[in-house]
Amino acid sequence: MTKEKIIIAEHLTKNFGHFTAVDDISFEVERGEIFGFLGANGAGKTTAMRILCGLSNPTSGKAMVAGYDVATKPEFVKKNIGYMSQKFALYEDLQVWENIRLYAGIYGMKDKDIAVKTEELLLKLGLANERNTLVEALPLGWKQKLAFSVAIFHEPAIVFLDEPTGGVDPVTRRTFWEMIYEAADRGITVFVTTHYMDEAEYCNRVSIMVDGRIDALDTPENLKRNYQAKNMQEVFYHLAGKSTRKAD
Amino acid sequence: MHQFLAFVKKEFHHILRDRWTMVILLVLPILMLILFGYAISTEVKNTKIAVVDPSKDVVTNAIVEKFKVNEYFTVAAYVGDFQQVEALFNSGDIKMVLVFSENFHENLMHKGGAQIEIITDGSDPNSAKAMQGYASSIIADYQQELFNITKVPYQIKPNVRLLYNPTMKGAYNFVPGVMGMILMLICAMMTSISIAREKETGTMEILLVSPLKPVYIIFSKTIPYFILSLVNLTTILLLSVFVLKVPVAGSLFALITISLVYIFVALSLGLLISSIVSTQQIALLISGMVLMLPIIMLSGMMFPVENMPVILQWFSEIIPTKWYIIAVKKIMIKGLGFAAIYKEMAVLAGMGILLTIVSLKKFKFRLE
Repeated sequence: MTKEKIIIAEHLTKNFGHFTAVDDISFEVERGEIFGFLGANGAGKTTAMRILCGLSNPTSGKAMVAGYDVATKPEFVKKNIGYMSQKFALYEDLQVWENIRLYAGIYGMKDKDIAVKTEELLLKLGLANERNTLVEALPLGWKQKLAFSVAIFHEPAIVFLDEPTGGVDPVTRRTFWEMIYEAADRGITVFVTTHYMDEAEYCNRVSIMVDGRIDALDTPENLKRNYQAKNMQEVFYHLAGKSTRKAD
Repeated sequence: MHQFLAFVKKEFHHILRDRWTMVILLVLPILMLILFGYAISTEVKNTKIAVVDPSKDVVTNAIVEKFKVNEYFTVAAYVGDFQQVEALFNSGDIKMVLVFSENFHENLMHKGGAQIEIITDGSDPNSAKAMQGYASSIIADYQQELFNITKVPYQIKPNVRLLYNPTMKGAYNFVPGVMGMILMLICAMMTSISIAREKETGTMEILLVSPLKPVYIIFSKTIPYFILSLVNLTTILLLSVFVLKVPVAGSLFALITISLVYIFVALSLGLLISSIVSTQQIALLISGMVLMLPIIMLSGMMFPVENMPVILQWFSEIIPTKWYIIAVKKIMIKGLGFAAIYKEMAVLAGMGILLTIVSLKKFKFRLE
């Protein structure tokens, strides 16, 4: 059975002058999949992700995201994706509910829907009493969970997570991944970059970028078997060790 | 539109929640007006002057009498000769010395002219300039009186007269300057900082990934500062009319129009700065040093442009505040209307359009 392909990248290349940040990568992601996008710093993950989000035009090649070409229809792509970056992305000087309302408003949701969904979300996150708290007063773990919830508030087809768990303690990371699974169960495709190899094990499939190319793409189990590795950490060392590019 | 409003609302939250910035923005104009109006006033009252009068004739006595009754000056000493003048200045009591030429009356009546030297203490150039101006106009008044009586055009030099500011109030000069500076400060500095902050905290990335059009993001960031500057414009005008008694002699409509054009220029300058920089500190540095300093020094708000070296005069041509101050002075003080400020209006509008185009082009809509 072939599932719907929600991301299709064909021979994507991005040059900055003489430097090739992304070098002819091709891959597909299915709807509802949790897709891990790994690579050392400077391997080109962020550039590739920006192309897929419609933030940056590919030099050559083509990418379809949620059924739209990122180069020609970025505005349709943007409507159908959510995004959370490694840098914290909520407004610290706005209250919890104001942040939710702002992002929902930007994505064009109706005020009535926003109000109903906000209450649901606050209850679910256990933040019902914190609705009027400024975000800066929340602990990092809560902020991270809230940021993820806000990124998928408008029920996007895909959510892009750029190192979402950076600096978060293991317990919070675990509950964060529970939220990711829950979103995937609802049919939201999760495209996630991470530096934590235990998190790579949680993904349905993992791609590993080295020097702008995708050197490996498979389920964690298959990758470990192919490279005769005990865990993803070893797989990663094996592949990333071949890099000739300097990390940034 | 719904998206746009949601975003503008958020901008207001940022500003209103940042209490100190808010206080500074609203209080600063008032503070500056009062400072300039009272504390740093270049007005001179009861300045002690000395007189060197070798002639001691009817005309010189009459002129000295005029100085005596004037509220700005107190004649403190008669000095025998010029040698003593320096000692008087050094003592610090005397700020100005009037030196009449010899045979003053005779020269005036029969040779067609006589000279008065006005020597001021140059260590305080601003008040020196003000005193020179007052003294010259007192002498000019006397000359006029003399002419009215005798119908003979006697020449007493110097004969500088102050135009458009008959009561010689300092406020007439600095109100337009403070307006130009405050509006620039709020629009350019605050806009560039607030956009740089989004870049710094990473929220700009999130916004660019969202379906919100980048142009909307930019414009919704400028709207709150636009409104704030209108509030400030109103405060400054009310203060200057009712507290400092500087009336708007010309068309209020023209004044508001030129102010809107100027605000547009300032906002686009803010956008330009924010399109180049990536952190708040650099935005602050650029708008504070690179922008505000030339504005204060070269726009004519502090120092008259005509007295600058030619190169600086050329440079002052590209400073929007200079044009704005010229236009505001024409309207508020000379009492002129639209017809008189076409040139300034055109220059400012041209600057604004150019700056907007450049900054929109420069702004990285797609993060590289």
